Amino acid sequence: MTAGRYRVVIIGAGIMGLSTAWHLAKRGITDVLVVDRGYLCGGASGRNGGGVRAQFSSESNIRLMRESIEICRTFAAEMKINVWFRQGGYLFLTRTKQRARMLEASAKLQRDCGLETRLLAPREVRDIVPEIDPTGVELASFNPGDGVVFPWPFVWGYAKAAKDLGVEIATFTEVEGFDTNNGRITGVRLVRTRHDAIVAEDRDERTTAAGPGPRVDASRARVIPEGERFVVECDTVLCCAGAWSPSIARMVGIELPNKPHRHEICSTEPLKPWLGPLVADLTDGLYFSQSMRGEIVGGIAVEPVPHGINQRSSAQFLATYARSLVRTVPSMSRVKVLRQWAGCYDLTPDGNPIVGHVDGCENLVMACGFMGHGFMMAPVMGRLLAEHVATDETSELFARWNLRRFREGKLLSESMIIG
Amino acid sequence: MSAKVLLCRCEDVTLAEVEHAIESGQRDIESLKRFTGFGTGWCQGKQCLISCARVLAARVGEFPLAPVTPRPPVHPMPLGMLASLGDAVSVDRLESVGAAGGDHGEGEGER
Ligand SMILES: Cc1cc2nc3c(=O)[nH]c(=O)nc-3n(C[C@H](O)[C@H](O)[C@H](O)COP(=O)(O)OP(=O)(O)OC[C@H]3O[C@@H](n4cnc5c(N)ncnc54)[C@H](O)[C@@H]3O)c2cc1C
Repeated sequence: MTAGRYRVVIIGAGIMGLSTAWHLAKRGITDVLVVDRGYLCGGASGRNGGGVRAQFSSESNIRLMRESIEICRTFAAEMKINVWFRQGGYLFLTRTKQRARMLEASAKLQRDCGLETRLLAPREVRDIVPEIDPTGVELASFNPGDGVVFPWPFVWGYAKAAKDLGVEIATFTEVEGFDTNNGRITGVRLVRTRHDAIVAEDRDERTTAAGPGPRVDASRARVIPEGERFVVECDTVLCCAGAWSPSIARMVGIELPNKPHRHEICSTEPLKPWLGPLVADLTDGLYFSQSMRGEIVGGIAVEPVPHGINQRSSAQFLATYARSLVRTVPSMSRVKVLRQWAGCYDLTPDGNPIVGHVDGCENLVMACGFMGHGFMMAPVMGRLLAEHVATDETSELFARWNLRRFREGKLLSESMIIG
Repeated sequence: MSAKVLLCRCEDVTLAEVEHAIESGQRDIESLKRFTGFGTGWCQGKQCLISCARVLAARVGEFPLAPVTPRPPVHPMPLGMLASLGDAVSVDRLESVGAAGGDHGEGEGER
C-alpha cells in the first residue's frame, strides 16, 4: 500500500473503525483502507475494561446495547476467535439519594425496553456479591444480561475478518492532512510513523530457543522507511479516531467540542472465580470486574487529569482506586495489583456521540465522542455506520447525533456514565 | 519442537505461538505482546521480554529500538497498602513516580 484510490478511507483502526470496515466489506464494499498512526489496540480499544451493558438512562442507548450484547454472544463462533465473553451482569451502586432517584428512573425505562433490570436494597446486594460491604449504599440495580469481554481479541477478530474480505489495514500510517476541493476531501495525506522491515517470503531458517537464527538478509527484505509520505484518493473519509478526532477535524477547519480525558485502569493477580458481575459505583466512578483470566480489572474517576491526550499512569489513581475498592470489598485488601495503564475517554458536552456528516465538508463522516463506553457500542455502530456510508441515508438516530446539535442547542442526555 | 518451548512462563506463551504471531503480521514488539499476551502475567515481562524480542529481531531483521512500555507498579503491591497511601500521593509527586515506573514519555505522553 503506497498510494491509490479507495471508495472509503477509515481513520483509526480501533474497534469502531474495524467493525465498520468489516460491515462495509460484508455489504460488498471491499475497496476500503483503514489507517492508524500506531499499532492495533494502541488506542482506547486496547486499553479499556471490556464492559458491555444495556443499563443506560436513554432509550436509544438501551436498545443499541441490547443488540451489541447479542452480537457478543455469537461473535466467537462467527469470527472464529475467543473473546472471553462472560455474562455475569452489571451491578450498579449509588450512595446518594439524588443518584438513587436517577437509578430508579433508568431501571424503569430499561424494564419497559424489555431488560430484566431489578432494583436492590443495600442488604440485597449481598445476595449477588456476598463480599460487598453495603454500608453507605443507598440503592443498587442489577441486570443479569450485561457482561464483559477481553478487548484485544475482539479487535483482532474484526481486523482479520475485514482483511479476509479484502479490506486493507495500514498500521503505523498517520493522517497528516487532506487535499480538498470545493468543500470535498479529494486526497488523504499519509506518513509512515515507523521504519518497517517486511520479511522476505522464504522463511526456512527457524529460530530456536537456544538463540536467534540467522538474521534476515536485508537485501531481500522490502523496507518501507519511516517518514515516507504519500497521498491516497477516496470518495468518503470516515473519522473513527476516538479521542484524537478533534485533531483530524481541525485539518479541514472544523472544531469539535470533544475533549480527551485520561482514564486509568489496573489489574490484579489472578484469583479463583468469585465475582459474578461488573460492579460500578455511580457516585465515585469505581468499577471492577473479574476477567476470564481471573484478574480483577477496574478503575475509578480521578480529577484533575492532565490536559489533552495523555496516556501516562499515576500513583494517585492507584491510591484512589484502592481506597474505594477496599471500602467496597474489604477482603480485596491483601490482593496485589500487577499492572496499571491509561487511555483516553472521548468526552462530549452532552454525553452523546458525534456521528454522521459534518457541515462544511461534504464527504467527511464522523464517528466519535463515545465517552467511556465506545467499545460496547462498536459492534452495533459498525453495522449502522456501514449502512450510512453505503446508502447515504441518514437515520433518525444519526440526525439526532449530528454535530449540528451543539450549534442548534438541541443537546441530548445520558446519566449512566461511569467515571 | 517450538510448540513445547515456553517463552512466557506466566501466560504459557510458546515459541510456536510467537512465531505464528510474527508470521501473521505482528512485526513490532507492542503488537506481538498484545497478540500473544506475553509479559502480561505475574512477572510483567521481566523474564520473557528479552526472549520474545530476540525471536522478533531474528525474524524482522532489526532489533526493536524500544522495549514494551513498562507498566507500574514495578513490583506487585497489595491494594490495602495502596489504599493507605491516602493524600500522601499528590498530583505533582506522581509524574516522578510515573517516570520511575519507566514511562519514557514519548511525545505528548502517549504510551
Ligand atoms: C481505561 C478505559 C476503560 C474503558 N472501559 C470501557 C468499557 O468497559 N466498556 C466500553 O464499552 N468502553 C470502555 N472505554 C471506552 C472505549 O475504550 C472507547 O470508547 C473505544 O475503544 C473507542 O474506540 P474507537 O475505535 O472509536 O477509538 P480508539 O480505539 O481510540 O481508536 C482510535 C485510533 O485512531 C488512531 N489515530 C489517531 N489519530 C490518528 C491520525 N492522525 N492518523 C491515523 N490514525 C490516528 C489512534 O492511533 C487510535 O488507534 C474505556 C476507555 C478507557 C480509556
